[in-house]
Amino acid sequence: MKILLKSKQIKHSKLYKKDKWYAYAMISPVVMGFCLMMLFPLLYEFYLSLTDAKLVGDATFIGFQNYETLFGNDALFTKSILNSLYFSGVLVPMNISLAILLAVLLNKKIRGIGIFRTLVFLPSITPIVVWALVWKFILATDVGVLNSFLKMFGVTGPAWLYNIHLTMPVLIVNTVLKGVGLNMVIFLGALKSIPQIYYEAAKIDGAKSLKTFTKITLPMLSPTIFMVTIMTIIGSLKIFTNVYMLTNGGPANSTSLIVFYIYYKAFKEFKFGYASAAAVILFLAILILTLIQWSLRRRLVYAESE
Amino acid sequence: MLKANKIMRKVWVYILLGIIAFICLFPYVWLLSSSFKPESKMFVIPPELIPNPFTIQNYIDAFTLSPLLRWLMNTIYITLIVVVGGSLVASMAGFAYSKLRFPGSSVLFLIPLCAMMIPNEVIIIPLFQIWSKLHMIDQYLPLILPNIIGAGGMFGVFLFRQFYLSIPNELMEAAKIDGCTTFGIYFKVMLPISQAPLATLAIFNFMYTWNDFLDPLVYLNSPEKYTLSLGLSLYADMSGVLWGQLMAACVIATLPLVIMFFAAQKRFIESVALTGMKT
Repeated sequence: MKILLKSKQIKHSKLYKKDKWYAYAMISPVVMGFCLMMLFPLLYEFYLSLTDAKLVGDATFIGFQNYETLFGNDALFTKSILNSLYFSGVLVPMNISLAILLAVLLNKKIRGIGIFRTLVFLPSITPIVVWALVWKFILATDVGVLNSFLKMFGVTGPAWLYNIHLTMPVLIVNTVLKGVGLNMVIFLGALKSIPQIYYEAAKIDGAKSLKTFTKITLPMLSPTIFMVTIMTIIGSLKIFTNVYMLTNGGPANSTSLIVFYIYYKAFKEFKFGYASAAAVILFLAILILTLIQWSLRRRLVYAESE
Repeated sequence: MLKANKIMRKVWVYILLGIIAFICLFPYVWLLSSSFKPESKMFVIPPELIPNPFTIQNYIDAFTLSPLLRWLMNTIYITLIVVVGGSLVASMAGFAYSKLRFPGSSVLFLIPLCAMMIPNEVIIIPLFQIWSKLHMIDQYLPLILPNIIGAGGMFGVFLFRQFYLSIPNELMEAAKIDGCTTFGIYFKVMLPISQAPLATLAIFNFMYTWNDFLDPLVYLNSPEKYTLSLGLSLYADMSGVLWGQLMAACVIATLPLVIMFFAAQKRFIESVALTGMKT
């Protein structure tokens, strides 16, 4: 095969030479886009993070001072990091376990199951702003339908979006509901690729359904679980719109997540240099997670193809 | 005994599914119901699920009293450019990466791979500074271009590369012998057989651009230039918000996606499942 290609290459050498320029021309938009709109901004951000750049006026180089302030002297940054850890730490296990359970449930071959799959998936295609607005409407303290419903039973509902103890759990549940359908679909695909023969063998051996779940389904799903978990962690670190629309970071900054913090410092206080330093920290976190994802994927893909 | 057990189990499954369906469906039912209610009946206790009286006044008001139509047109305009431009750029690059041999291809293929590590949220500050130096603030270019060839566009390259790798080379060779140029092979042979990835990427780009919020929020200033997402959030910020109108506008913003979803459910699920790959 290789020899064949080589002989062809010689025969059509002119054509292949031309191919080279066609190829460069065809990938040039992507290459240029990457260099001008991703690589250069990233390098520029590293530089910005070492300056005191603001909306107007010249930026002066101040070394690592921004980073020192971030980690030493900024309670809001520390709080935002802790909030993000809390948010991701609860959201990710909740999302993944719910997605697996839903996938197993919706994998049953019973009448009308397609409708249920569609319903669980529907929030994933809804505009995030609409999703947040509808929930804001439902959860409104005095007039929202949830508290009106509770009032019918003589219960005075809490201020879901203004009570410092409730906002974060509400935000987490809201985000899980929005995104769980997507992960469910991925797990559903993975479930379908588990050879049926394992389940038949387990049935012959008289295994109970809980045992087949823990001994067959979960181990067979584990590559997918790893991948989806990392994807969901990265996704949860980038959450912004939900926070902006539902709680605006409040009350008392209890829902200020990292991207919200960056947005606030950069586009409300216009501290571009300082906010860039926080963005660099976020970049490093995402970089590490992506590298883990790659090495896992490579290993898992090889394991699957062997 | 065994049979009764089986039926009981089925009943439990259906009850569980019913609860899940209720939780998933309720926001949509409430959204629709509120959009057809007069403002005076919006907050009655006990809450009414079926609007009485039923009115479409909210929709009329949303279109006549607010710039909703303008926002809708802006969003359609931006989205269409991204969908068409994104398909062309991604298919061209995917074709070159999969079918053409050129020096440096292995290094250049790292580009879309590395791009996955730099999400838009991370570089929004320097991007904003660059666009403002180019006097592009309050213009649509910062919303369009990065979604075609920047952070938003890279994932399509993978999609097309994967698809073209599965197409046998003989097809290309035959066209080449017939005197087709390399670009002709891409445009006349490969592109016409690419309906599957074209549809997937179109849905993906449509959804992403339609729902984008951070970019419009950062780059757009004049209300008449807003996209739907940004416009809706402006609505909600106004004091004394008219919930009926707002819910009607929300229905309008969601409808195109829901219609597309039911028209091409399978491809839609595939596209959204790929979202996860785009980090």
